Amino acid sequence: MSALRGKTAIVGVGNTKRWNAPGRTPFDQAQEAAVLALEDCGLSLKDVDGLFCSISSSGLPILNMAEKLGIRPRHADGTMVGGASFLFHLQSAASALVHGLCDVALVVYGSNQLSAGGKLVSMPDPQPYEAPYRPRYPISSYALAAARHMHDYGTTREHLAEVALAARAWANLNPHAYARGPLTRDEVLASRMVSDPLTKADCCLVTDGGAALILTRTERAKDLRAKPVYLLGTGACVSHRQIAAMPDLSTTAAVESGRLAYAAAGIAARDVDHVMLYDAFTITTLMFLEDLGFCAKGEGGAFVASGAIAPGGSLPVNTNGGGLSCNHPGMYGLFTVIEAAEQLRGAAGARQVEGCEVALAHANGGVLSSQATAILGTSATL
Amino acid sequence: MSTDPRFDGPGPDDVFAAALHEGRITLQQCRACATTRHPPALVCAACGSADLGWIEPSGRGTVYSTTTVRERDGAYNVAIIELAEGARLMSRVDGIAPEAVAIGLAVSARIVAEPQPHLVFHPAGDGA
Ligand SMILES: [Zn+2]
Repeated sequence: MSALRGKTAIVGVGNTKRWNAPGRTPFDQAQEAAVLALEDCGLSLKDVDGLFCSISSSGLPILNMAEKLGIRPRHADGTMVGGASFLFHLQSAASALVHGLCDVALVVYGSNQLSAGGKLVSMPDPQPYEAPYRPRYPISSYALAAARHMHDYGTTREHLAEVALAARAWANLNPHAYARGPLTRDEVLASRMVSDPLTKADCCLVTDGGAALILTRTERAKDLRAKPVYLLGTGACVSHRQIAAMPDLSTTAAVESGRLAYAAAGIAARDVDHVMLYDAFTITTLMFLEDLGFCAKGEGGAFVASGAIAPGGSLPVNTNGGGLSCNHPGMYGLFTVIEAAEQLRGAAGARQVEGCEVALAHANGGVLSSQATAILGTSATL
Repeated sequence: MSTDPRFDGPGPDDVFAAALHEGRITLQQCRACATTRHPPALVCAACGSADLGWIEPSGRGTVYSTTTVRERDGAYNVAIIELAEGARLMSRVDGIAPEAVAIGLAVSARIVAEPQPHLVFHPAGDGA
């Protein structure tokens, strides 16, 4: 068990829920989320002395955010590892809080990816050994992983469809999800192929959005307005940049990040009540279920086909509707933690998981390149 | 001013590109543990040694994974090839329909000149 277990808590949560907001910049979304998170816990901007931020379109997001918020943080971390960045920030924030580098940490993100034209903002990171072959970025990299998983374990397109259907079924219980309404197996399987074996229906949404978390040390958390969500353990791992350099295309570094997080929290996969897995594509949900130990390696397809992750199943996964049906503003990682916090607070409405005491949030970045896992719990888990 | 002579000369990306321009395929191999790597770098990813040499690989390999990219103006293959010497690289298999490229297919390398020299693969034994 880690010395950091339960020493810090998420005390404020901000989610703009503006999935299509023309006229608002990424920093507008991020500032709004920060204000909402601070109001949630009753702290103010002048209390924030630790800033954690990454924004796809900005090379210096910490500087921009500090100026816009009018704060002078004494500790900051702008680690950029794609969509998993914010769980790397969470790990860093917990350590910084415990060691006194800051007292109130703000982790924040904003995006206008949809209203800016629906294009993925491309970071200046040219890949000359990939460019001649014109892979579609990032889907072709995930397609290569999916094809290898199918080859190694007999996973099928029907299995992937189950992931999309479960996400939509959860989204239909979430009034704030962007993609709601009926979705049939036939519709998913008939979706347009983009990069075999992945179709449009296997891809996450493109939306705008802003999200923020406020963290403090546990002793202060108890005096604040909202019910604290305690950070029990984190783990992270970076394994490659280009998909051809991934050691094994059907197994991700979530194996390492998960092992570290479980060890830090002193729990096992069977102890987790609620799971958030970064679903950039249907295949990622399936691989993370395996790599984080919720089913055996290679059995993700059969596991999701059993109905396990859909409403009424044995393991509630991506209860907000996920990146597939709730929102995906360029980098989605922070939203996995937001939904885990909502569930642990018992504030998730029609999609609330009964008796939710332990939640696991997992985020992915790049092309299965960076993996980070956070385990969160209620006061009962301390 | 003194620099470490082990790192003198052009960097490994330049060495690889210059060889391709001359029509030669090169591949880095660790002198300590014999592991190959691509794209080139200064250290061995397997053992951490900074003592990397160059070999001329056989050009033979197998398809490790494959996808067909569907664009409005047509479909094309993108594949990851595992070379006989061990390293993997992103490439394309030509001389066969993109969706017919299968994991495990034996392939051999060729250099394509345009726009910059780069490697593509054909099914092994395809003399065309
Ligand atoms: Zn070596």
